Amino acid sequence: MSDTKKVLTDPLVNNNPITLQVLGICSALAVTSQMSTSLIMAVALTAVTACSSAAISSIRNHIPSSIRIIVQMTIIASLVIIVDQVLKAFVYDISKQLSVFVGLIITNCIVMGRAEAYAMKNPPMASFMDGIGNGLGYSLILVIVAFFRELFGSGTLLGIEIFPLIKNGGWYEPNGMMLLPPSAFFIIGVIIWVFRQWKPDQNEAADFKIMDISHGEGGHH
Amino acid sequence: MNDYLSLFIKAVFVENLALAFFLGMCTFLAVSKKISTAIGLGVAVMVVQVITVPVNNIIYHTLLKEDALAWLGITGVDLSFLALLSCIGMIAALVQILEMILDKFFPALFHALGVFLPLITVNCAILGGSLFMIERDYDFTQSVVYGVGSGFGWALAITVMAGVREKLKYSDIPKGLEGLGITFISAGLMSLGFMAFSGIQL
Repeated sequence: MSDTKKVLTDPLVNNNPITLQVLGICSALAVTSQMSTSLIMAVALTAVTACSSAAISSIRNHIPSSIRIIVQMTIIASLVIIVDQVLKAFVYDISKQLSVFVGLIITNCIVMGRAEAYAMKNPPMASFMDGIGNGLGYSLILVIVAFFRELFGSGTLLGIEIFPLIKNGGWYEPNGMMLLPPSAFFIIGVIIWVFRQWKPDQNEAADFKIMDISHGEGGHH
Repeated sequence: MNDYLSLFIKAVFVENLALAFFLGMCTFLAVSKKISTAIGLGVAVMVVQVITVPVNNIIYHTLLKEDALAWLGITGVDLSFLALLSCIGMIAALVQILEMILDKFFPALFHALGVFLPLITVNCAILGGSLFMIERDYDFTQSVVYGVGSGFGWALAITVMAGVREKLKYSDIPKGLEGLGITFISAGLMSLGFMAFSGIQL
């Protein structure tokens, strides 16, 4: 049981797919200008990762390794088509806003990465849990980014007004840059910074260190 | 002609796949440590993009679109939900074929591109380009122009990013922000720069 819990919670902070493994940044940041789209995206990705990991894991002993990428791709693409059709049927407006990004779940490195790194070596149930865990780690970052972008960019959360805007007679002047792509880069940069202050073992070794020259000269004055 | 030029400029600068849509970010961050490798990957992406977008365009318009099978005498069939599967299959197959052709006829280029070619299959910029082409309903000529433009834009972005990072590694960066953190922030600043093109009307 504790194993399942570890598989589920580890990817949230300690081994987060976005901030540590640098996977899956590709398709999703463009959807974070609103909470609602990013929540849907997070659910979609978690579902696809979990199901594809379980499916791939259950046939892992029958896939010849030379064509495994194509097999994984086909399974993932079929699942994404299902998600895409479901979204079109039930939340058409949001699926229009997500535009091509639902389709891009196929090439999301988290899905492929987990299939390749975990599902090919572990039984279906554990792979399913691993998929959920990594999906949640991704969702966590997505929701944090979307929270700041929507709150400061348009003064709302999930469409509900939090900061009354000046143009509606309130006091808040929205920060338009928060709605543009660059802000997502900045927010993720800062999230990584915070995570690494909190867990210093995630720091990368620097390529070059600045030397303290006085030590080189003997250190005493 | 003017339309095509403006489509090209838009694809390169305003709607840059890497910096405005975050596509191909994983490779963008992983392979932008040295200028020479960045250029190699950029060229590879451009080549694949130039081929796949028009090919996917042909497939979509002759096989998958609603009533596209009319030339076979079949009407009322809408296979556009298969677009995702056919695009990714097409890309994987084309990359494989390209790899064989380059290996056979242009070994020098093949060795220069080396490991990057297979990586391109899972590069979201390639699939993204094809999906944008479908969503915006480009015709064949437009799709060629868009393929060239978006591929070039991505190559430009990763080359510039590699230039920035080569200088960046000598600077004194706050603890915790080293590596990935500062890379994100500099990518954000670059993206801000590319945003400045969005006012241009052609």
